[in-house]
Amino acid sequence: MGIVSVTNLKKTFGDFTAVDDISFDIQKGEIFGFLGPNGAGKTSTINMLIGLSRPSGGAISINNIDGIKDIKKAQRIMGIVPDESNLYDEMDGFDNLCFCASLYGMRKDDREKRASELLEQFNLKSAGKRPFRAYSKGMRRKLAIAAGIIHNPDILFLDEPTTGIDVESARQIRSLILDMKRRGTTVFLTTHYIEEAQRICDRVAFIVSGKIVKTDTVEALMENTENEHILKLTLNKSAGGIKDELQRDFPNLRIEPKDENICFITSDEKIALLPILQYLDNRGISVFEAKEIRPTLEDVFVRVTGIETGKLQKEKEGRRK
Amino acid sequence: MNVWIAFWNILKKDIRNYYLKPPNISWGIIFPLSWTLMQFIRAPSTQAIDIKSLLPGLMAMSVLFGTTSMLAVTITFERRGRSFDRLLSAPISLTTLVLAKISGAILFGMIISFSPVLFAAFIIDLSGINWGIVIAGVLLMAITSTLLGLAIAVSSREVFEAQTYSNFFRFPMLFLSGLFLPIAKLPVFLRPISYCLPLTYGADMLNGAINQTGVMNVWLDALVLIGFVVILFYFCHWNIKRKWIL
Repeated sequence: MGIVSVTNLKKTFGDFTAVDDISFDIQKGEIFGFLGPNGAGKTSTINMLIGLSRPSGGAISINNIDGIKDIKKAQRIMGIVPDESNLYDEMDGFDNLCFCASLYGMRKDDREKRASELLEQFNLKSAGKRPFRAYSKGMRRKLAIAAGIIHNPDILFLDEPTTGIDVESARQIRSLILDMKRRGTTVFLTTHYIEEAQRICDRVAFIVSGKIVKTDTVEALMENTENEHILKLTLNKSAGGIKDELQRDFPNLRIEPKDENICFITSDEKIALLPILQYLDNRGISVFEAKEIRPTLEDVFVRVTGIETGKLQKEKEGRRK
Repeated sequence: MNVWIAFWNILKKDIRNYYLKPPNISWGIIFPLSWTLMQFIRAPSTQAIDIKSLLPGLMAMSVLFGTTSMLAVTITFERRGRSFDRLLSAPISLTTLVLAKISGAILFGMIISFSPVLFAAFIIDLSGINWGIVIAGVLLMAITSTLLGLAIAVSSREVFEAQTYSNFFRFPMLFLSGLFLPIAKLPVFLRPISYCLPLTYGADMLNGAINQTGVMNVWLDALVLIGFVVILFYFCHWNIKRKWIL
């Protein structure tokens, strides 16, 4: 049994089932990623885990504490960073951190010391006395994470930690998450950035329409794609017209013309380039570039869920607008 | 875990972020002052009105308006900004959270209720007032009105909704609780409604303590107000669990 254990968890709103009988364990010290499109049930799940929502069925155990009946006890060892900043605009960064620490019963000296340490660690020391409303998106996110770990929680729940912030801040946040893992903190994070999950998560669960469709380590998920070879060709014109002909003559390959002059060729074996180049050249199509693409977790996600990741991101961005 | 640290810091944060803001302080002074002046304007000569007889009504009204609107608006504001979720997901009991949130409004209501007393002290002799009963009455009224504000906040999604619902309760109370017009002078069919309103008992306590014109026994007034406090507290507690922890 992990530090977080979820069994047959269910959440319904009237006739609508937001979370449908999901079960998973999170091991101590791991980073567990929850991936899924908008409306898949990620936030509903996280809200039940942190006590902001009451499950319709199932069980939650947090460090052997009943996460439903004894949620207030469980909340003592949790750090929570929601997808949108919920700190106080009127207060400065330092006071926000001290206030959050006080909610966990930390004494004045301890919380002031810890707040100063975190401002330093998150490169926010110079902004510590600035009102929170004057912070940039990246700074707000970093302060929210600092507030989430001010009491040194055993488990940190992060909802979309890098969404909508600049590349540099996102990089810093990823590095901070990995640093927390090194210090022994268990991290549960939801994200729609699949490459982020691939980079920092130990294990990942794919959730679609309230159901978990796959849970495994990133390595295990990637294993199935290791034998797959993808070639990206940049052409002088579209290969759409000769797709069927190409497919017929190279039956072991899967041909997917994408844009105007891009064509993907996928195979379970190594792809011999020269016959394809000659074949295309004979039909008046020049190849400007041929590049081997390494399969990513995104490919696994698309294969398992059938959802295009572009759609995933657009949905999220649309919701934020 | 020391819950008092959380309690005190939530209270301190609310006082600093909301109650000590200049618009609220000025409102706390201007509102009762303008009502007092209105009474002066209504009666052409100052001798024509008895300031002492107005004092219970002005104090009760200040408590009612100060507490209900402040708590309803601040909580709805925090709910919209999702900062209230931070409090709900903190390891403090719902009872501690409710008590911490209402304490600021209670203090604010009590302080502004005494601003008419402060003005009156410069004009009239305030001797002969039972200050113990006045303080107890104001405290009980502040608690019931604050809990009424919390009940409104739980039912509102937007700040303007909270204001609208507050007025829906406050204005009838203003005229039916015997603040400026004795209940005995109200039409017979309205009197039972008056006795269902907590402010009636608070105003009666103040009338008895300030002008010795209370209609009911002061202990009965206090007991009924305590009853309202208990009922409203548990109603709010139940409703928060039902509506905010979905």
